[in-house]
Amino acid sequence: MNDHTSLKQTPLHDLHVSLGARMVPFAGYAMPVQYPAGVMKEHLFTRSSAGLFDVSHMGQVTIRPKSGRIEDAALALEHLVPVDVLGLAQGRQRYGLFTNDSGGILDDLMIANRGNHLFLVVNASCKEADFAHMKAHLSESCDVELLQDRALIALQGPHAQAVLAELWADVATMRFMDVVEADLHDVRCIISRSGYTGEDGFEISIPAADAPDVTRRILEHPDVMPIGLGARDSLRLEAGLCLYGNDIDTGTTPVEAALEWAVQKVRRTGGTRAGGFPGADRILADFSDGTSRRRVGLKPEGRAPVRGGVTLYADADGKTPAGTVTSGGFGPSVDGPVAMGYVDQAYASAGTKLYGEVRGKYLALVVATLPFITPTYKR
Amino acid sequence: MLKFTDEHEWLNIEDGIATVGITSHAAEQLGDLVFVELPDAGASFSKGDTSATVESVKAASDVYCPLDGEIVDVNQAIVDDPSLVNSDPQGAGWFFKLKLSDPSAANGLLDESAYKELIA
Repeated sequence: MNDHTSLKQTPLHDLHVSLGARMVPFAGYAMPVQYPAGVMKEHLFTRSSAGLFDVSHMGQVTIRPKSGRIEDAALALEHLVPVDVLGLAQGRQRYGLFTNDSGGILDDLMIANRGNHLFLVVNASCKEADFAHMKAHLSESCDVELLQDRALIALQGPHAQAVLAELWADVATMRFMDVVEADLHDVRCIISRSGYTGEDGFEISIPAADAPDVTRRILEHPDVMPIGLGARDSLRLEAGLCLYGNDIDTGTTPVEAALEWAVQKVRRTGGTRAGGFPGADRILADFSDGTSRRRVGLKPEGRAPVRGGVTLYADADGKTPAGTVTSGGFGPSVDGPVAMGYVDQAYASAGTKLYGEVRGKYLALVVATLPFITPTYKR
Repeated sequence: MLKFTDEHEWLNIEDGIATVGITSHAAEQLGDLVFVELPDAGASFSKGDTSATVESVKAASDVYCPLDGEIVDVNQAIVDDPSLVNSDPQGAGWFFKLKLSDPSAANGLLDESAYKELIA
């Protein structure tokens, strides 16, 4: 069962095993896909109490300006992302995208302004490529480091604030996307109020050596339960959040992916720092001209999940192709199947009925507004 | 007569009719089931054909027909409540009843001790 000898382990590996996790290979790491409670209970517990996730496989990167001026790091990074980094205040974080020359997406990431440096969190499967990309393009003005000695956990759900407040009272003052440094059990941590579940919650970067102890102590709280990758996926899908490699990749542009909100006005045509990122011609043209397809939510009408890779048709006989499902599964909080995918613009408005081919049958789906749940971010 | 397959199905055979389901081991490995698709009564299958589909939160899996035969009954209860397969896989969570084309072919399947060895 545990013949994953070539896989890397996170600093919390032994803790997962002691908790009875089922470990699976994911992005080169042995990761917990579920604990004995199972995906369904883990998902629902996160939405009703607080779930704790190990996301230490993700890349944590610092970008330090050689000049000492954070503005120089921000402007340098703006050459790689269509994001307003310069306008990001100290102690604030925002979502971003690395784009390529054809306007596709190399990775999605979080960018935080930590005062004298930028702190990034990138996807596990992309972190080596992202790091090489940043080294190649930012080294003239910045020192880029892929941190090897830190764990990352997420505490998500309506009780997350109360749980953390027992360790650090000021947590209640944080707003969605704030980033601070604070001591948890006397260990200096970097805490952001963010996550990947649609719930209020926190992502906590902890020195690797201290991570098992801090994590174990948070898990001792009766309102907290460990959550595996299985529920992480169903939670983010209900929240309408993209999974890199499924819903966005080098073949999708930010506008096609309905991520216009991630490109702030200053980087769009007419903005003071318009363009100047890879694929700007294509991406800015997408903003002005529209795109031929768009990422949308999809709600299957029956009980059968309609999963990634399923072809969508405009008719129940499979004659007129309309798009493709990129992520799909069962949403425990929705209590039914949920999905997202790309459809031709003609079929992109909410309420449009489509058909997905599953095991030789054409199952009805309706284009739905994302997310499928109501997020509880503390804005 | 209780038999098992290496695809993690059980068969309880009486008078040439096999009640078929998935084993406790299979149900545990699949995790919480959210959808079950069963064959139509009257359908005929050969051994190894996909005769049912189960879906967990994460993935779909096929259930293969363990022997040649004709479906004579299906368990609508697990379609209405797939969690029955998780809570009672070798009882109330049965899938279908199969009228065997050749009841003697069951002798080629695993008995309980051989199956337990397989999953040990």
